[in-house]
Amino acid sequence: MSKVRVLVGTRKGAFMLTADGKRDKWEVSGPHFAGWELYHLKGSPADPNRIYASQTSGWFGQILQRSDDGGKTWFQPGTPPGETTGPGGMPKGESNKFVYDTSAQTGKPLTTHQWYDGTQHPWEFKRVWHLEPSLDDPNTVYAGVEDAALFRSADGGKTWQELAGLRGHGTGPKWQPGAGGMCLHTVILDPQHSGRIYTAISAAGAFRSDDAGVTWRPINKGLYSQYIPNPTAEVGHCVHHIAAPRSRPNLLFMQKHWDVMRSDNGGDSWTEVSGNLPTDFGFVIDVHAHEPETVYVVPIKSDGEHFPLDGKLRVYRSRSGGNEWEELARGLPERNCYVNVLRDAMAVDSLDSCGIYFGTTGGQVYVSPDSGDHWSPIVHDLPAVLSVEVQTLR
Amino acid sequence: MMIRVILPPHLRALARVGSELQLELNTTPTQRSVLDALEAAYPMLCGTIRDHVTQQRRPFLRFFAGGEDLSHDLPDAPLPDAVASGAEPLLILGAIAGG
Repeated sequence: MSKVRVLVGTRKGAFMLTADGKRDKWEVSGPHFAGWELYHLKGSPADPNRIYASQTSGWFGQILQRSDDGGKTWFQPGTPPGETTGPGGMPKGESNKFVYDTSAQTGKPLTTHQWYDGTQHPWEFKRVWHLEPSLDDPNTVYAGVEDAALFRSADGGKTWQELAGLRGHGTGPKWQPGAGGMCLHTVILDPQHSGRIYTAISAAGAFRSDDAGVTWRPINKGLYSQYIPNPTAEVGHCVHHIAAPRSRPNLLFMQKHWDVMRSDNGGDSWTEVSGNLPTDFGFVIDVHAHEPETVYVVPIKSDGEHFPLDGKLRVYRSRSGGNEWEELARGLPERNCYVNVLRDAMAVDSLDSCGIYFGTTGGQVYVSPDSGDHWSPIVHDLPAVLSVEVQTLR
Repeated sequence: MMIRVILPPHLRALARVGSELQLELNTTPTQRSVLDALEAAYPMLCGTIRDHVTQQRRPFLRFFAGGEDLSHDLPDAPLPDAVASGAEPLLILGAIAGG
C-alpha cells in the first residue's frame, strides 16, 4: 500500500511524519539534529531512501547530512561514521564546505553584490537554503545557498562545486539581499527539457539555464516591482518561490513579494494572475500533482505584517491557472491565527487523490488528502516550520 | 602531552563525544595546534569552530581557559601553562545570543 513521508525542517530540528495512503493516522519521529536549524530536507526521486538535509547554525555554520535508509540514520557524507582522516584521503568535513569558484577554468571573479545601503559587499557563504536531488541520479544533488549561488555535488554530497556561471553571468553585482538575506531558495530541474534548471533568488529574480547550469540568463520580463528604482528592471525583483507542474513543459507559477505570476514559455515572459486574491503577498506556491492548472497559495496580509488577513488561516486554490481563486478553509483556524507560511513550507504528494501539505511558523503542519477541500493538523506544536517536503512511497 | 577540551553541547552531539575530550599533542599547544588536532581526530567538526577557508574563529564562539578569555589571542600564541599541563581544559563556548 502507498505511504507518504513528510520531511519537516524547523528552527530547532527535523521531524518526519509518516502515514498510509489514507493520510489520517500519523507517526511522528524527531527531533532529529535537535537544537539546529534545518532549513530543508529532500528525498531523491530516484531512490526514496536517500534523503539530504541542510543543518545550519549561526554559531557553528553549515552541516550537510545524508540518510541512505529513509531517515533512520544520518551521517555527513564527507565524514562517514567510524572513519578518520586518512593520508591522502578525502579531507573530512568536506561535505560541509561550500567555496565560491574563482578558478580560471570554470569560476568567475568573486566580485561583490549590492548591500542594503546600495554599496557593494563581498560574497560570503552563510548557509544552504534548498537542496534539490537529481531526478534520476541519487548521487547528484544541487544546493541553493546564501549568499546566492548554486552548488552541485555528483558524489552523494561528499564534495560541492559551484556552478559559477549563475553568479558570474553579469548581473551579480546588481543582486541585493532581501529581508531574509540574499538567498537562492528555489531550484527546479525540468523533467521535460534535459539540462534546463530554474532558480530564484531574493532579491534578484528568476534565472534559467538550458545547459545543465553552465550558462544562465535572467527571466524576469513581465515582473513589476514598485519598490525598486526601475520597477521593470532585468534583475532586482524579490521572487519568493516558483512552482512548476511536472506534466506541462514551460508552465511556471511564481509567488513574488507582491503578485502571483504565471509563465507559459519557461519564464521568457510573465503575466500577473493574482485575480481575486484578498492579498497577493505571500511566500509559498505549489501546483497539484495531476492538474497542471490547479495552483495553491497562502495569502499573507503584507510585507510588514507577516500573518493571514483577519487572523484567519486560508489556502487559496485556482483551478484555472490563476486569476480565479477560491478560499479553502475547512479545518483551518477561523480566528486568532497570526502565523506565517515560509517559502519552502508547502508540498504536494502524488497519490491519486493529491495531498497538499504546509507548515507554519507556529509549528503546525496541515494536510489535505483531497486536494485542499478538507484540512487537518498533523502536528500542532513543533518549532517554527522552515520547510515541508513530501515523499510518496509505493 | 594530553590536552583537555570542552566543547559546546551541539558540537558534542555532532562529534558524538562526552562533556570533555582529550587530545594527544606533540607540539606547543596553541589555539591553532589544538584545533588542528581536534579536527584531525573529529573531522566532522571541520568548519564548525573556525571557517573552512579563512580559518578564522566563528564570531559567536569564544575560547576560555583558567577563567581568561583567550578569544582574541593570536592563533599561534601558546596556551596557558595550566592547559598545557592538563590541569585546566580549553573551553570552547557558544555565545549567549538568539533564542
